[in-house]
Amino acid sequence: MAVIEVEDVRRTFTVRTRNGRWRREKREVRAVDGLTFQVEEGECVGCIGPNGAGKSMTVKMLTGILVPSGGRLRVAGVDPAARRAALARRIGVVFGQRTTLWWDLPLRDSYELARRIYRIPDARYRTNLDRCVELLDLGALLDTPVRQLSLGRRMRGDLAAALLHDPSVLYLDEPTIGLDVISKTKVREFLRETNREQRTTVLLTTHDLTDIEQLCGRVMVIDHGRLVLDGPLEELHTAGGSERTLVVDLAGPHPPIELPGVRTVKVEGPRQWLAFPARQSAAPLVAAVAERYPLVDLSVREPAIEDVIARIYAGAAGEPVA
Amino acid sequence: MVESESLAARAGWAVRSWWLIAAMWGRSMLTYRTSFLLGLAANVLITFLDFAVLILMFRHTRQLAGWTLAETGLLYGTSSVALGAANLLVGSVSGLGERVRSGTLDTMLIRPAPALAQLAAERFSLRRLGRLVQGFAVLGWSLTALDVRWTWDRVLMVPGLLLCGTVIFCAVFVGCSCVQFWWGDAAELQNSVTYGGSTLLQYPPTVFAKEVVAGTVFGVPLAFVNWLPALHILDRPDPLGLPVAFRFASPVAAALCVLAAGLAWRAGLRAYRSTGS
Repeated sequence: MAVIEVEDVRRTFTVRTRNGRWRREKREVRAVDGLTFQVEEGECVGCIGPNGAGKSMTVKMLTGILVPSGGRLRVAGVDPAARRAALARRIGVVFGQRTTLWWDLPLRDSYELARRIYRIPDARYRTNLDRCVELLDLGALLDTPVRQLSLGRRMRGDLAAALLHDPSVLYLDEPTIGLDVISKTKVREFLRETNREQRTTVLLTTHDLTDIEQLCGRVMVIDHGRLVLDGPLEELHTAGGSERTLVVDLAGPHPPIELPGVRTVKVEGPRQWLAFPARQSAAPLVAAVAERYPLVDLSVREPAIEDVIARIYAGAAGEPVA
Repeated sequence: MVESESLAARAGWAVRSWWLIAAMWGRSMLTYRTSFLLGLAANVLITFLDFAVLILMFRHTRQLAGWTLAETGLLYGTSSVALGAANLLVGSVSGLGERVRSGTLDTMLIRPAPALAQLAAERFSLRRLGRLVQGFAVLGWSLTALDVRWTWDRVLMVPGLLLCGTVIFCAVFVGCSCVQFWWGDAAELQNSVTYGGSTLLQYPPTVFAKEVVAGTVFGVPLAFVNWLPALHILDRPDPLGLPVAFRFASPVAAALCVLAAGLAWRAGLRAYRSTGS
């Protein structure tokens, strides 16, 4: 069953720019331009795109904060904009750069407030809090004022606060921004666990592709308010026309290797870099090189996902794909 | 919060939300105990100095535009109590513009509690009690000093007036703050109407030009906070010559103010949600 249904959703707004002393020019900007996708229950979807691509605006529409200019939206079966307050009980939202915890009060107090505001039954509250405390390692922090928590700990606190009322959908806006490696790992582990055990549908926006590689079975690339790509992570490589690199060490300096379907990118003494399509297996290529050249050592490098994304953005902007 | 829920249930939930969040802020502020106590002391001192000015004025004259000090004290006390209570309850809505600018209003819109209740309870602080304490003190003194025949209707008018006055000021706070949905930095408009209006109401209406008084009857209806009902308590003629019914019309004025403020809030929120930020 689809938990999130987005059908040809559009969102335009007018920007007024000053033009001379009194004249003002109105300009219509399409922030979200005909977005269509569905998210099934229990899915974990990563949403990437450059700044200003329309990701946040899409999330705002999905939470009901922002009313779409056109199209059809359903989250957990209801129209978010029309039933914002009712939907609020069924979704959890975490803004990576904005805490909803009470700055001067112990962490526990924020959770107590959530219990009352979300009217969480006592037994369920206790179960959920215990689970979060255990998985996020919050035990020692519950009685610490939030202002004394490090960014990583506060993020973990925020995650727990968003999940106490058993939301069926969890929106995360850059959940790992500014965190150190260990905190990032903890956050990701917790999200994976929650997604798997509680069947919570997760939609996250991020600039950190490791988040997506480690969490999301599916990735959506949004640019200029449009869905540029929607599919499993591997599809990203196909769409980006990405290449893997075979690095070979030969017995000595050698002229550039020439083989069909292979580009020799760089030669440095006995070492050569050969680029080949990411979809293609490395084995036949390795065999061919070993057969014709004095091969000493080799390694295969996966394409950097950042480069892939950069190529997709460039392509979506109408520029030739590099 | 489902549409089918009754208005009473929704109002009850709004009040409860306000209370929950105000209690959180109250406790937050108490973590800075010294700062809280100093703030409260300063607040009481400033408001009492404010009244001292009035006393000084009456040392030079027996009457102010025909009103005695005790009579003026009634106006002063009621105006202070109504504004003080309203400020305590919803004064924080003046921070709306800042929340719209920084986008933090969004975090209120994703919680299942009325956004207005959350905003009103924001940064709730008991140090705002200062004005309320001063208002009650001046009012209490003036009630004992007044030369009035205390019939039942006059006695009942005092709490009635305080209640309606508080409601009117609350509505003015909210209504004027809604302007910030469109103009984010217009907090001063709300300040000048509420604080400025309250200062106006502390003095006898006969001090001011008739146009000003008429503006507070038919424009922003602040005259219904204390000027008009006080005319009944003190048995005075109306400077505008309005019908006697106006002296008892404060509840109607309060209801209209609440309606107007409610509509303004809804319109503002709708505009915000359809423009984003």
